[in-house]
Amino acid sequence: MSLDIILILLVDGLSTGAIYLLAGLGFVLVFSVTRVIFIPSGDIAAFAALTLAAFQGRTVPGSIWLVAAMAGLACLAECSTLLRNGATRRIPRALLLYGVLPLIPCGIGLAIARQDVPEVLRILTTMALILPMGVLIDRLMLRPLAASSTLILFIVAIAAHYLIAGIGLIAFGPEGVRTTPILDGIISLSDSVVIPAQQLLMMIVALLLSLVFYLFFGRSMTGKALRATASNRVGARLVGIRPERAATMAYLIASGLAAIVGILIAPVTTMYYDSGFMIGLKASVGAIIGGMASYPITAIGSVFVGVLESWASFLASDYKEIIIFSAVIPVLIWRSFSVHRDGDEEIEEFA
Amino acid sequence: MSSVLLELNDLRVSYGKVEAVRGIHLRLEEGQIITVIGANGAGKTTLLSAAAGLLPSGGRASYRGQDLLRMTVEDRVEQGFCLVPEQRALFGDMPVIDNLLLGAFVRRRDKAFVRKSLDSVFEQFPRLAERQTQLAQTLSGGERQMLAIGRALMAQPRLLLLDEPSLGLAPTIVRDVLMRVRALRDQGVSILLVEQNARAALDVADYAYVMDTGEFVLEGPASGMAADPRVVATYLGGGVE
Repeated sequence: MSLDIILILLVDGLSTGAIYLLAGLGFVLVFSVTRVIFIPSGDIAAFAALTLAAFQGRTVPGSIWLVAAMAGLACLAECSTLLRNGATRRIPRALLLYGVLPLIPCGIGLAIARQDVPEVLRILTTMALILPMGVLIDRLMLRPLAASSTLILFIVAIAAHYLIAGIGLIAFGPEGVRTTPILDGIISLSDSVVIPAQQLLMMIVALLLSLVFYLFFGRSMTGKALRATASNRVGARLVGIRPERAATMAYLIASGLAAIVGILIAPVTTMYYDSGFMIGLKASVGAIIGGMASYPITAIGSVFVGVLESWASFLASDYKEIIIFSAVIPVLIWRSFSVHRDGDEEIEEFA
Repeated sequence: MSSVLLELNDLRVSYGKVEAVRGIHLRLEEGQIITVIGANGAGKTTLLSAAAGLLPSGGRASYRGQDLLRMTVEDRVEQGFCLVPEQRALFGDMPVIDNLLLGAFVRRRDKAFVRKSLDSVFEQFPRLAERQTQLAQTLSGGERQMLAIGRALMAQPRLLLLDEPSLGLAPTIVRDVLMRVRALRDQGVSILLVEQNARAALDVADYAYVMDTGEFVLEGPASGMAADPRVVATYLGGGVE
């Protein structure tokens, strides 16, 4: 094997790994705060790609109707809960959060869909449109069961994935799409090795966002509140951190990461309404390596999965998927020996 | 005449069909230390968890004239009603300083308030100042207890619920912790103290309730309680002569 091939595979693996890293951070964040393995995040990534493609094709993306419908249902659900609990003074805030805020990007999307607008506006609108999805999925499907066991939450997350992918088929149709690259051109490493600028962009974005993550969780009070919720739920409540708000923040960030994933890969991979599942599943391998808890190990694990995938597709493409998912087995065996349970018992919450 | 801060009327807590705590009447006035003593399993922790909102409860409860049972845990914290639970519930993988800063989460936007609280906590617990950057899970038992109380004090509560602050501590540290409890009262914090170490609790409290199998069986001023033969026999370890 020549050095050129090694370099090409490495660059390819690193850029794929960058995508898994972004998705993996979302997995760890949502799981540590809410105990939900957020499988629909892959679908959200795919919807971001399809939404951007629709804007580029001068059509109205189905995600606008999807988000609007989900916002309406979430408003109904939240308001009826608040009314039942007699907390009527919280209704305006709920309507703002679940109704008005998600509808703003829907309106902007409708306005620009058929227009000739700068690419950056399309990307920003796509981002804004995708951002509320995780929060709305949480409110509609996961929050009512928030006190359930991890297993039940996992099953519901799988059900949510199938439901959302099904709705995706109605909203976007069965055709695959590719978007135009955000960055055109190539960068030559040597006479025979070139990196497409889009792949370089993936790596840079992943690096930058990792840094932002690091600063957010290390410095900001909101980041610390999320870590506190992950560290000890009862303790977090006892200092006044509302678990449902922490969850909303986690889903918002995870949706943002998923949107970025979808926008970054759509120019290099053909995306279908159900393409997200596989991306999410592979990203979860990195998150499992990180024990669904450690951001740095998840980052390293995700990059490892990316590089492993590119080597596997070159050396034994038939076995690519088997090789990647087999990587989980030694990790799980190792974890089963090394993980010890935290002594803190949580007080059972019935509410 | 000081005002009533917390009042529980016929409070009940059930686990499924089993009523773990029932018929609780408790009155706590501003500036008081009230203690609930009783054997292991009497329902003291359940009572405190319910009062803090971690467990659903029935009956009536008011805090500063508001209906307590309609408030979530977080609402209560915002109103200066803080619980230091038996398990401490610290953020183990975060440094001491972050644990403390999060204690003032509900007042996080008021930087001056947070600064002042932090200075005051460090003044009361100089050990925490020395260990600021250490992870909470690496602290000793006594230091963890200090951190748990310090974290609750960061919000400058009106009412502090302390669940077994002496649990797992060496006898000398127990006295130290309870002296601090009394010092807190002198700063204007009212305290509801649950303790298995009845002698130490009665030493610092103004008024005491004795709990047995989910009910209050005895109540009275703490000083009198310490001399009550029934309490002495059952909880203070002095046999009947």
